[in-house]
Amino acid sequence: MNSSSAFTLSDVSKVYANGTVALKNLELTVNEGQFVSLLGPSGCGKSTVLRMVAGLGKMSFGTIYWGSSSQRHLAYVFQEAALMPWATVQENVRLPLKLSGLSNATANAAVAEAIALVDLKGFERSYPRELSGGMKMRVSIARALVTKPEVLLMDEPFGALDEMTRSRLNSDLLHLWHQKQWTVVFVTHNIYEAVFLSNRVVVMAARPGRVIADVAIAAPYPRTEDFRTTPLFNDYCREISRCLSSASGQAPQRADADRASGAV
Amino acid sequence: MTNLFREIANTSAPDRPLTSVSTRRQVWLRALLSPDVLAPVAVGLLLLLVWEIGVRITQMPPYLLPGPLLVLQTLISEWGTLFPSMLITLRITLVAFVAAVLSGLLISILFTQSKWIERSFFPYAVILQTTPIVAIAPLIILWVRQAVPGESSTFVSLVICAWLVAFFPILANTTLGLNSADHNLVNLFQLYRASRWQTLRYLRLPSAMPYFLGGLRISGGLALIGAVVAEFVAGTGGTSSGIAYQILMSSFNLQIPRMFAALLMTTALGVAIFIALTLFSDLMLRNWHESAVKREN
Repeated sequence: MNSSSAFTLSDVSKVYANGTVALKNLELTVNEGQFVSLLGPSGCGKSTVLRMVAGLGKMSFGTIYWGSSSQRHLAYVFQEAALMPWATVQENVRLPLKLSGLSNATANAAVAEAIALVDLKGFERSYPRELSGGMKMRVSIARALVTKPEVLLMDEPFGALDEMTRSRLNSDLLHLWHQKQWTVVFVTHNIYEAVFLSNRVVVMAARPGRVIADVAIAAPYPRTEDFRTTPLFNDYCREISRCLSSASGQAPQRADADRASGAV
Repeated sequence: MTNLFREIANTSAPDRPLTSVSTRRQVWLRALLSPDVLAPVAVGLLLLLVWEIGVRITQMPPYLLPGPLLVLQTLISEWGTLFPSMLITLRITLVAFVAAVLSGLLISILFTQSKWIERSFFPYAVILQTTPIVAIAPLIILWVRQAVPGESSTFVSLVICAWLVAFFPILANTTLGLNSADHNLVNLFQLYRASRWQTLRYLRLPSAMPYFLGGLRISGGLALIGAVVAEFVAGTGGTSSGIAYQILMSSFNLQIPRMFAALLMTTALGVAIFIALTLFSDLMLRNWHESAVKREN
């Protein structure tokens, strides 16, 4: 694995105006070519990390250092497909190129390639309303890939999909990543998804948002569906699940106090 | 009713190639024979029948309530004087409507470019809207006569009155629409460093389209109402103008059947404007918006 860093978050904290501490003293280095999952319960600040890396949210404290990559070469896949309903698949995928000033003629080759990568050939002229949830997500991924990004940020992209579509898209994503060698930061609250995809799982806890474990998944790629039934896979899932439950059971009184104050 | 318009709008959809003129005619025929048309037409005919019979049985004098047949006769015999008046009103309505659309669109875009502009000016748009047009129409007519002497003075002042009534729905709806863009898409545009103009052109304006078209439909009817109300005010001052002046004069002269005929024309004009705008709206949105998408269940 290439070990030069793509970017480093150094001592990053995020405090919202209402006093909520979303992140506290976060240290995270993501290496080039890594598939890193940020895993944790809701409210642990995993999406906040992603937004700050993308420059969509301001940090209260701390810095991001960009290594080999830069903020200009990243793409973002949102929780919802976030497609323009008035535009066809083709026009949706072309959007990032259009915004950078490329003419349709120059963009077309890249658009066709991205659509082919996500297996949507033949749907170029369809409107989003004519597509299923999984297909919409594919369009959203194609739109992210069309700029040939170095870093791919994904914010629970498959959270709203059914189990079968999700595992299909997991395999496809892994296949693409293996081909293209992007750096991927993948936010999820699904342990199995995180272990199946990543070579590194960063486990986070809430209140305040912080990293509680950093687990390397030392299983070789390409990973097939069979990987999900191996003892190794189960061991990793158990280990991470233990981290999560020990973090939530760490200080039961504190948690109760928080819940009480939250109910007011 | 909207289903009917949709059917007609879909006739010209490029994704449904209609091979010949005869198939298109068949679609029209089917649309006209649908329950959406037949039911209200049947109710209307029944009401007209009851009205005609009622007038005949009670021997109601026509200066109190003319029967529908007499109204129709009057409409035909008075067509020569009524129709040109209606054209004048139509012209006022159309000019005011176009002005309302352009100004409403421009001002709402201006509002979304800066929160400060919206904060400072929106209350005044509301004040303009809530001031009763009947009350300020005489003032407007008086002022315009000072500024624009001669023939076109009445026309200009009536257009201003109708515009005042028609422009607010466009402004309010479009402003709401421009601010309703999907926040994920707003983030995406930010991420790809889209310029202000690109965000407006490719994201905010298309998002606002359904809202804008909704405003358009309200505004079309209001432009006509504004024009008629202003004509009434101008007519009381002795200035001859559109169809409202004819209604006013007919009532003064107790020509009640003629008044009904003019009223009928005004209503028909209003309905025609509504249908045209509904067709236009469905045509614009038919590919993507829930309100215009035809579902097969």
